[in-house]
Amino acid sequence: MKVLVAVKPVIDCDVKFLIKEDNSRINFNNLKFIINPFDENAIEEAVRLKEAGKVSEIIVVSIGPSQSKNIIFTALAFGADRGIFIVNEDTKLQPLAIAKLLKIIAIRELPAMIIAGKQSIDDNLGQTGQMLSALLGWSQGTFVSKLIINSTNVEVIREIDNGLETIVLSLPTVITVDLRINKPRYASLSNIIKAKKKPIDILSSIDLCNDISPHLITLKIEELKRHKFGINLANVTELIDKLKIKVI
Amino acid sequence: MSALVIAEHNNITLEPTTLNTITAAKQLDEDIHILIAGHMIYQIADIATKIDSVTKVLLADNIIYAHGLAEPLSSLITEIGHNYHAILASATTHSKNVLPRVAALFDVAQISDVSNIISNDTFIRQIYTGKALEILKSKDNIKIITVRSSSFKEAKNTGGHAIIETVSNKNYSLCSSFLSRQINKSRRPELITSKIIISGGRGIGSIENFKLLEVVADKLGAAVGATRAAVDSGFATTDMQIGQSGKIVSPELYIAVAISGAPQHIAGISDSKIIVAINKDKDAPIISIADYFIVGDLYQILPELVTELNK
Ligand SMILES: Cc1cc2nc3c(=O)[nH]c(=O)nc-3n(C[C@H](O)[C@H](O)[C@H](O)COP(=O)(O)OP(=O)(O)OC[C@H]3O[C@@H](n4cnc5c(N)ncnc54)[C@H](O)[C@@H]3O)c2cc1C
Ligand SMILES: Cc1cc2nc3c(=O)[nH]c(=O)nc-3n(C[C@H](O)[C@H](O)[C@H](O)COP(=O)(O)OP(=O)(O)OC[C@H]3O[C@@H](n4cnc5c(N)ncnc54)[C@H](O)[C@@H]3O)c2cc1C
Repeated sequence: MKVLVAVKPVIDCDVKFLIKEDNSRINFNNLKFIINPFDENAIEEAVRLKEAGKVSEIIVVSIGPSQSKNIIFTALAFGADRGIFIVNEDTKLQPLAIAKLLKIIAIRELPAMIIAGKQSIDDNLGQTGQMLSALLGWSQGTFVSKLIINSTNVEVIREIDNGLETIVLSLPTVITVDLRINKPRYASLSNIIKAKKKPIDILSSIDLCNDISPHLITLKIEELKRHKFGINLANVTELIDKLKIKVI
Repeated sequence: MSALVIAEHNNITLEPTTLNTITAAKQLDEDIHILIAGHMIYQIADIATKIDSVTKVLLADNIIYAHGLAEPLSSLITEIGHNYHAILASATTHSKNVLPRVAALFDVAQISDVSNIISNDTFIRQIYTGKALEILKSKDNIKIITVRSSSFKEAKNTGGHAIIETVSNKNYSLCSSFLSRQINKSRRPELITSKIIISGGRGIGSIENFKLLEVVADKLGAAVGATRAAVDSGFATTDMQIGQSGKIVSPELYIAVAISGAPQHIAGISDSKIIVAINKDKDAPIISIADYFIVGDLYQILPELVTELNK
């Protein structure tokens, strides 16, 4: 079985650097990208399935500005076999556009399963996998914390608001994973060296799809100041007194 | 054109968050329809006709909707959704599973986790783990919206006189099937709507100590939450996790016991009115966002709290 893993380049840094003076979003120039943490779990899951003999090939695909290409190497060092990097210099790609680009790759590669993260740590929208599944007309398993591959289908345990749910998905399918699905490994030095020799296809978003412009426009971003100078209470009696006035 | 609210339910009762979503919908339209898709759901349909401001209940009763599977439900919503300028649901795992599909099938964006509605096309949501607000404008003619329940009041469930119309789904594929669900039933209030929450972190140390939190919770009529680290340590179940990748809460009172205050946890609690931190480390980040804090050992403080509340 061939598996496609979608990895998103994200910037993990203090919000101060993410908002410009004029209350718009930053330019990503000169910033260092990391793999969205949920996507590390997605790669790890694919690698484990390959080690278990259930998966034959792992392809990682990432869409981002050219300076985020380093994350493809990281993904290959974790154990993916080859990479596809879609360069998108215009930064305003929204989940629907990402899903359209991933769909094009899915149709070219025809994997039996696509694994994505359940959300990303920057925009936190958690939409891409579901949109991709709908555009492809494939089955969908979201917020997955356990995945079992059977001969003709996939069984997943999903984390839902009031507990856990088990569903069965026919192939091909799109899965989005939670951090709890596994514990990603560290890339060994020899794997990092091997990764440099693995093939990477470089494509351009504009060449692939002409329908990726944003539907949502950011008018303004405002930093929220959360810092408080709280009152240090000596004991529980003082606490109860305060709370009696305020709430209970 | 009207606004459509997707009801959330367990085939027997309506989830209260649906009422919060109706209030949000009222800010977009006076004519509100509600879709109830499930199996053997006449009882809920009847309840829904009485909700204030709802004029029409769309009833889709079919075994294929019984467990809320995303594929058939999203194609149903897409088939009937053309008649609406806005489709709203609460930002629960249920709609996060379904609505992005609907948005993709309409070729429109989804506006996620909206906390404020400024106009028919302009909305506010939090980004960067709650450290910033984004004001955004949608260019789409159908707005697909998930609503942060805690930011909108519950609509009244009396006073309405809606009509019921049955709807069905012509094209759907059954590419997934439901096997089982393990519901963690709690007699305590729901986290996302609870007025008081007491949460424990990794520092709680054991399941037994976590039980102490439950004792305090019952005295206060509170819900019990946890950090991801507490869940991963096995002290609490996954549905109790609060934060960026768990539930977003906004109680009147949030008591954080042995929680360091990582940004991913704060993302889920920063809308709380009053935050109380109990931590042995006076430099823990949680202290800097707390209204009140006690620096000390939970092994001493929690039993004291139980005794005080018993008085
Ligand atoms: C209103 C708005 C304004 C925006 N403005 C900007 C801006 O100014 N600058 C900017 O850089 N971005 C901007 N974006 C884009 C944003 O940063 C995200 O890239 C985009 O919204 C994807 O959503 P998400 O990260 O929440 O993905 P999610 O749906 O949360 O991601 C889930 C999973 O989808 C997959 N995935 C997502 N993105 C990619 C990718 N690029 N490559 C491969 N796999 C992927 C991954 O597996 C990921 O774990 C904006 C988005 C919105 C909605
Ligand atoms: C992508 C991503 C998503 C995440 N999503 C979430 C999320 O949704 N929710 C979430 O909570 N976390 C999330 N995390 C994890 C988060 O980064 C922190 O690791 C986690 O919140 C820490 O939990 P904690 O405060 O319980 O544990 P710790 O950080 O270990 O803190 C324990 C605290 O307990 C105190 N303590 C210890 N013993 C005692 C005692 N006897 N008496 C009093 N105080 C004591 C310590 O002083 C310390 O402050 C996420 C992380 C990542 C990378």
